[in-house]
Amino acid sequence: MSRFLNVLMLAVLVAAPAAAGQLGLGREAAPDEIAAWDIDIRPDGAGLPEGSGTVTDGEEVFVERCAICHGDFGEGRDRWPVLAGGEGSLTADRPEKTIGSYWPYLSTVWDYVHRAMPFGDAQSLTDDEVYAITAYILYLNDLVDEEFELSRANFAEVRLPNEENFFDDPRPDTPLAAEAPLCMSDCKDEVKITMRAAVLDVTPEDGSNPTGAVVVETGTEPVAEAQSALDPALAEAGAKVYKKCKGCHQVGEGVKNRAGPHLNGVLGRTAGSLDGFRYSKAMTAKGAEGLVWTAETLNAFLEKPKSFVPKTKMSFKGLKSADDRAAIAAYLSQFTE
Amino acid sequence: MESEKRGPSRRGFLTGGLAMGGAAMAAGAAQAGEKAILELPPWTTQLGDGVDARPYGTPSQFEAHVRRRNVAWLTADPVSSVNFTPLHELDGIITPNGLCFERHHSGIAEVDPAEWRLMIHGLVEKPLVFTLEDLKRFPRVNRIHFLECAANSGMEWRGAQLNGCQFTHGMIHNVMYTGVPLKALLDEAGLKPNAKWLLPEGGDAAAMTRSVPLFKALDDCLIAFKMNGEALRPEQGYPARLVVPGWEGNMWVKWIRRIEVGDQPWHHREETSKYTDLMANGQARRFTWEMDVKSVITNPSPQAPIVHGPGPLVVTGVAWSGRGTVREVHVTTDGGNNWHQARIDGPSLDRSMHRFYYEFDWDGKPLLLQSRAVDSEGMVQPTKDRLREVRGVNSIYHNNGIQTWHVRENGEAENVEVS
Ligand code: HEC
Ligand code: HEC
Repeated sequence: MSRFLNVLMLAVLVAAPAAAGQLGLGREAAPDEIAAWDIDIRPDGAGLPEGSGTVTDGEEVFVERCAICHGDFGEGRDRWPVLAGGEGSLTADRPEKTIGSYWPYLSTVWDYVHRAMPFGDAQSLTDDEVYAITAYILYLNDLVDEEFELSRANFAEVRLPNEENFFDDPRPDTPLAAEAPLCMSDCKDEVKITMRAAVLDVTPEDGSNPTGAVVVETGTEPVAEAQSALDPALAEAGAKVYKKCKGCHQVGEGVKNRAGPHLNGVLGRTAGSLDGFRYSKAMTAKGAEGLVWTAETLNAFLEKPKSFVPKTKMSFKGLKSADDRAAIAAYLSQFTE
Repeated sequence: MESEKRGPSRRGFLTGGLAMGGAAMAAGAAQAGEKAILELPPWTTQLGDGVDARPYGTPSQFEAHVRRRNVAWLTADPVSSVNFTPLHELDGIITPNGLCFERHHSGIAEVDPAEWRLMIHGLVEKPLVFTLEDLKRFPRVNRIHFLECAANSGMEWRGAQLNGCQFTHGMIHNVMYTGVPLKALLDEAGLKPNAKWLLPEGGDAAAMTRSVPLFKALDDCLIAFKMNGEALRPEQGYPARLVVPGWEGNMWVKWIRRIEVGDQPWHHREETSKYTDLMANGQARRFTWEMDVKSVITNPSPQAPIVHGPGPLVVTGVAWSGRGTVREVHVTTDGGNNWHQARIDGPSLDRSMHRFYYEFDWDGKPLLLQSRAVDSEGMVQPTKDRLREVRGVNSIYHNNGIQTWHVRENGEAENVEVS
């Protein structure tokens, strides 16, 4: 092959550094540092902290913090993941893989909910809340009754029904491995087209890429043209605060309603008035009473959402810092309808 | 943007392209001179941008259509989603950094390198914390590897769905990593005799974790901080990520912050709920790490039709295997009845993409194009039907079946399946 290739291969061969001994680099990790980061849980219960929670407590936290995406009963709103049901569906044409029907270990639920949920507010749940939610998810999957309490002590006793159905990778799958000798000519009697992508035509059209345009492609917050009255530094700070809202709200080009209504042009909008979003009765009622979102009303709402609009379905604990609230208002003011 | 007009829709692009082809053909027997030659264009008569205009260069304005694209209906939210590498726009084997597909589970973590730390703890003699500066004081290596998401082509298990290799095969990229062998870091901490598994963890809001067997970590894993010579892009794990050559992309933990050493796997969400392969009998394969031998023709393909009419045609594509190098690639133009040896050009590296070409004189008749790769282990890329016989249609991951493009007389191509 080419000389270039030879040079490259040679380079790779000589590049392996001599077996590294100890260089004395890095420093010893402090016990409190390890404790702060070591959050993983294993099927044998290794890593579980002290704590406990009941199905009833779990229901309360779940409805408050999770149901907006996963549904009150783990049924999954819109296209958010389904967490319950699907028993016996694994051999069906369209299997429904949930914690009850598919997951092998309960420890995975505790570990994952604790490290990654709620989406957009990760690692905000207390250990007892995670025990309670895990108990509630078991209940939603008909695996425990409503009296159940999950704790570190009884954790290892709970087994998920599908545990036995996982097995280690058997590849190469025998019929696929040895196809030799390979047929090179006159291999088939006839060749017919059996399926065409055009039948479904789910390919996105070039250019019309609304959801991706803002968040995925640029990887940064949308930078709108600064308006005259806008404090750019404040708006920039607001872009950071917005990360707390992003799990539920979209702004920018091609927005859609998600768990929450989109926030383009929210300043000046009558509360609860966006077409096509299902608000709580509380929010529409506020709008009917004349509540319009301004820097002031937004500030009050975001300080304590559930006090300003009692029974709102926005399950967000609010922004404690007045600076953050001012910043988010400046940030949002850049996005018009 | 003016350049956007060049690619407003696939259909627009197609007709535009065909018109251009027509012009080129007419030019073959040209009587009157072409405007492109007879008239001076502005770039020949006027000054262009100075050296201070583009301190970090970007592609030509005429290449603005070359970009990652996502499929909005695939996931509930773009923050936990995927976009795809435009394979049909690329050549050679290296993917430019800005076109490497992205998959993240809680958006892009914007990690401040000054506050980045890597902790190694668990079954080690001495738990350690490294800064980025520490990392860069270890002897480093350069390796070119592909990273393929195990779900690449996963939407095609039930049949041809998406029209374009960007969507059917674009969850892959191939770059040169600069980094430190993970073994060097583990040696520094000193492994205990019962160490068998590692749990790398990301610092993003998904705190991504996967169990990695120690033998792999000691063999060829890297902690990489550069890709194609420059710092990792944020969406690829800046400032440092795990490189797990040949194994499914999900294990290449980005924004890596911690590695725990243990004696058994953790069975975390990404290796139970996800990245397990459900078979038709309801049982599921787990720890399906290797990416099997695979190839795809990138041109022509649905997003890159033939625009020049009959005559000399270059068919090209990429091939790769997570088990070694690609030994050979075969191309068929008749749906698998007769196969031709394709020419591999450019470096043939372990667990890296390979570029292949098959040139022939196209008579303008419809084609059923396929490519079939064989790797250095003798593994042969199977047909999709073969895979389905063994695995059913619900396994989502590890679809390395042979792809078919149906090219019509007018040069347009469609994703099809053949008997
Ligand atoms: C804003 C929407 C949202 C909220 C609120 C939310 N989740 Fe999620 N959840 C998601 C998304 C998105 C994923 C998938 C993430 C990914 O792709 O990695 C997910 C995944 C999960 C999964 C794994 C599902 C699977 O099949 O693998 C569990 C379990 C889960 N969430 C539990 C919870 C719990 C418990 C809460 C409340 C404490 C919660 N979620 C709150 C959006 C949400
Ligand atoms: C867990 C999901 C979630 C998060 C996080 C969240 N919101 Fe909301 N938000 C909602 C929902 C749901 C509603 C609709 C409330 C109702 O109908 O009661 C809402 C309503 C609103 C409204 C009223 C809009 C209208 O059309 O009347 C504003 C303003 C708002 N949110 C701002 C924010 C801001 C700013 C943040 C971040 C600092 C934020 N939200 C975080 C879910 C969320």
